[in-house]
Amino acid sequence: MTGFIIATVIKVLLVLGIISALAGFGTYLERKVLAFMQRRLGPMHVGPYGLLQIAADGIKLFTKEDIVPQNAVKPIFKIAPVVGAATAFIALAAVPLLPEFEMFGVTVRPIIADINVGVLFVLGVMASGLYGPLLAGMASSNKWGLLGAARTAIQLLSYEVVTGLAILAPLMLVGSLSLIDINNYQAGGFTDWIVWKQPVAFVLFLIAGFAETNRTPFDLLEHEAEIVSGYATEYSGMRWGMFFIGEYANMITLGFLASLIFLGGFNDWGFIPGGLAIILKVSFIFFFFLWTRAAWPHVRPDQLMWLCWKVLMPIAVINVVVTGFVLMM
Amino acid sequence: MSLDQFKDRNVSQRYTFIPVDKPPVKPMDKFKQVVRRTFRGELFVGLWVVFREMVRFNIHTVKYPMEKLPISPRYRAVHKLYRLLESGNERCIGCGLCEKICIANCIRMDTRYDENQRKEVTEYTINLGRCIFCGYCAEVCPELAIVHGQQYENASEQRAHFVLKEDMLTPLDFLKEGKQQEFPGFGAVSPNADERIKKTPLAY
Repeated sequence: MTGFIIATVIKVLLVLGIISALAGFGTYLERKVLAFMQRRLGPMHVGPYGLLQIAADGIKLFTKEDIVPQNAVKPIFKIAPVVGAATAFIALAAVPLLPEFEMFGVTVRPIIADINVGVLFVLGVMASGLYGPLLAGMASSNKWGLLGAARTAIQLLSYEVVTGLAILAPLMLVGSLSLIDINNYQAGGFTDWIVWKQPVAFVLFLIAGFAETNRTPFDLLEHEAEIVSGYATEYSGMRWGMFFIGEYANMITLGFLASLIFLGGFNDWGFIPGGLAIILKVSFIFFFFLWTRAAWPHVRPDQLMWLCWKVLMPIAVINVVVTGFVLMM
Repeated sequence: MSLDQFKDRNVSQRYTFIPVDKPPVKPMDKFKQVVRRTFRGELFVGLWVVFREMVRFNIHTVKYPMEKLPISPRYRAVHKLYRLLESGNERCIGCGLCEKICIANCIRMDTRYDENQRKEVTEYTINLGRCIFCGYCAEVCPELAIVHGQQYENASEQRAHFVLKEDMLTPLDFLKEGKQQEFPGFGAVSPNADERIKKTPLAY
């Protein structure tokens, strides 16, 4: 029992450390990839090819003055970034990050808590991440913050529906909510990937994932062209940084979810071992997030709602119904 | 970027007209438009374009303080006072035309007669805080002594920078090395001036 607790604590610390570091590195990658796609160079001056920019940004975030507006609801204003970041990391608790491996004669299972409702847990906690931006925007006594909070509500709530419905169809195929079971269902190789059986669900899940992680075609929460910075207008320093660590952690979580549920998870892929395979898949999905940011325009809130309720949700429902009929026959 | 490209301002030929459909009114037409746009794959064209640009790595960044774009030779930046090429004497004869014509009233010069009873310019200052860089001073100068140079970065802690006579005047060692280019700046005669000028009837 003690060994289990110690192992879990070590895993938690590792996931926290590595994913926060990756979130920091993600900002650098995003700036570089966007720059190259727009024929710029991106950060170049701090360190070789701007690599130390992450450290410089970190120092800046930690040392910047932390401003709490006079009329803000102070406790909520202060706690909101923590909610944003914490939910992103808690969601990772039920995600199997890598296949099992042997280290020092001990079998290590790189999942913090293998609960048999993994998908439900992850989706639930990611959905409660909505409280971060919502509380932040409402507490900061700023009209742009308030608009951002309102947009948070409309966007995250409605796309939560699409995520749930989209993921329902593959779950019906597998018959289990555990992410490890879903992964093992696709153990047969490339042709067994659920994406071939459920392409529509995959596309819907990706679209909803963009909206839930607040990424560019659907980043109404802080649409800089319309509402300055949305829910994060009044934030500075590390409180602001927490939101963005949360956002990047969410992107990584979503990458893991999409790879595990649709893209074959951490099964061996041809000659590529499973651990490397899932890292490649997650990296591709992360790159896809940046790619679309360079290529696609923003949408207006009404277009976003229109797309969600009039297009994506009906398609998701039809997909579930068709899957049900096919399974019955 | 070469200078020719930079100076080519005729961009109008590169505009292309993109036809825009009229927005549909009837619900059926709207539905058709949605379906058409869904399956035409326009979004993937966008993805392909940015991916192509990333792979080409055709970077257009100018690392500004280290690297500068060429400016036109006739650009009107901070003034320069030139010297005579042979003797190294100042070209300025102290006629005061530039001071007179300056519409911003920013040129001020002091002159006196030297021991040979020739005009000598003792002080020559331009208040760059007031100068509007119209170029009249360079144009009016009969000796082509004051021209506009290429130094366009005027940010400074003090207004007095750049504008004293010794700052504008070509340094002597610089002249001896033959680095004073003959009138490249604003106010210069054009390279084919000899061909373009006709003799007056008095010369016949």
